Amino acid sequence: MRLAYYPGCSLDATAIEYGMSTQKMAKLLDIDLWEIPDWSCCGASSAHQTDHLLAISLPARNLAIAEREGLDVLAPCAACYNRMRATEYEVRASAKTRSQVEEALGMPYQAAHSTISVLELLDARYGLDNLAARVTNPLKGMTPACYYGCLLVRPVAVTGFDDPENPQSMDRIMKTLGASPVDWAFKTECCGAGLGVTQTDICLEMTYQILRNAKEAGADSIVTACPVCHLNLDMRQKAIEKKYQTQFNLPVYYVTELVAIACGAEPPAVGANRHFVEAVSIFQQLPAKAKAMEEAAAQAAKAGKGAAKAKAAKPAGESEEPAADEDAGLALARKLYDDESKAAQLAEILKQEPARAEKLAEMLEQDKSKALKVADALLAKKAKEKSAGEEGNKA
Amino acid sequence: MGELVLSAHPESRELVKAIEAASRTKTSLCYQCGKCSAGCPVVFAMDYTPRQIIRLLQLGLIETALQAKSIWICATCDTCSTRCPRGVDIASIMDALRREALKQGKVVKEVAAFNQAFLNSVKRYGRNHEASLVLEYNARIMKPFKNAEQGPMMMSKGKLKIFPEFIKGRGEVNRIFEKVKAMGGDHE
Repeated sequence: MRLAYYPGCSLDATAIEYGMSTQKMAKLLDIDLWEIPDWSCCGASSAHQTDHLLAISLPARNLAIAEREGLDVLAPCAACYNRMRATEYEVRASAKTRSQVEEALGMPYQAAHSTISVLELLDARYGLDNLAARVTNPLKGMTPACYYGCLLVRPVAVTGFDDPENPQSMDRIMKTLGASPVDWAFKTECCGAGLGVTQTDICLEMTYQILRNAKEAGADSIVTACPVCHLNLDMRQKAIEKKYQTQFNLPVYYVTELVAIACGAEPPAVGANRHFVEAVSIFQQLPAKAKAMEEAAAQAAKAGKGAAKAKAAKPAGESEEPAADEDAGLALARKLYDDESKAAQLAEILKQEPARAEKLAEMLEQDKSKALKVADALLAKKAKEKSAGEEGNKA
Repeated sequence: MGELVLSAHPESRELVKAIEAASRTKTSLCYQCGKCSAGCPVVFAMDYTPRQIIRLLQLGLIETALQAKSIWICATCDTCSTRCPRGVDIASIMDALRREALKQGKVVKEVAAFNQAFLNSVKRYGRNHEASLVLEYNARIMKPFKNAEQGPMMMSKGKLKIFPEFIKGRGEVNRIFEKVKAMGGDHE
């Protein structure tokens, strides 16, 4: 498999481990990455907040170079990926936009190829079966929270990949690597990345909520595919812990780091030692954690069997009680009527009205004829109701 | 019956139409259910909720919308647009409002300074160089030591390049900036 590779500015600097691990992963999986020669910045959020044509022309320069080579583009950074998909979408949608972009670039560009994310590469193109075949060090015992953020799944018309509310591709990848991703609520919640420099406090609050939800869901780590999310969750985690007087200790990984490690790479070889929250020792703890999880599962299964037995016994127990009531009602009715069908009818009424049954039993002890009158009245009332119901049905 | 007047200023209504055209959506579709604001992850910091911003535009009160802090607090996460049952692209409206505010000089200076510092870095080197970006941003907002503690943190992990990398094609990138501007672009 051959793809054009667009690292983007972050993968060379603040997200250097994302760049290292993407390259390592590609090597381990035999994916041939052709780095776009002399690539330039996509303009990210600053361009689209400033000028529309600039925002699609900056990514288009790189896409046009890849198009000349006839290749689809892998853009690991979620922000670059999003801007490139938006560019392709707009150029395809309007001939006017296309000619404007080509004029700004001074190059032909028709958006004949597509930009993909690491998730799409692994889940849809490389294939999970092929990935499973390459796993040598399964991440058994790891319980990551798969964090997709905004840019991989939204806007739906632009990315067109996975579900915008409850995406699953990263979870599937993590399961393929042997990990047990947790179910949690903040998969696609925004971390406030764009506000990190200019309005830091707002961003800290948003990121805090994400870390808290992951921790509460039982995650031992977070996995992401976005350098800005990573920056917030990893570099700012200490400041957040201080501000909100709490402890998270959640290492934050790029999805490519975990793929490469599960396929045999040493953590430092993919830059896992360059994180702000310590992210290497967890791999030594995994075997013990996996064992504990297995034991807990076995115990739960045992308890589950026990519970199932109890459950099986309980309905029987429950049905005994009404049965006893029924018997008592029938016995009472038989004391009043020799006619078995009348007795059965009364028993049926008493079953539905246990309070009346009690009263009737008391009455029977004191005055049988009075009790019989009451029972007759009950039967007559029932018969009347029944015939009225039938008439109603007829009408 | 006379014409129903929603706004005293016809020019404001024209501006709303321009915002709608730039974001390829219609505010009249909105029936004010508030789903956008219920799901907005940053609504806690806003002065007008996303729903209220749309309402302002429906009423032609675009001046108020352009001065709202909300448009600069919006993180462009697109949750609102994804969930809107009427298909209103609220996030794109926010983006168009930011660009219009920028044009009119009604900006939160930190955000405009960051965007300009970012784009200048791209224009100069062809790529974004984070150290230069932060230095220029700090100079623009006149807070020389803002984000200063992160520099050494980044450097200790080998994540900060002191010197920018110049790409060969930076002339081409510069040309894109010039060309877009000549074609009517709004950047500095």
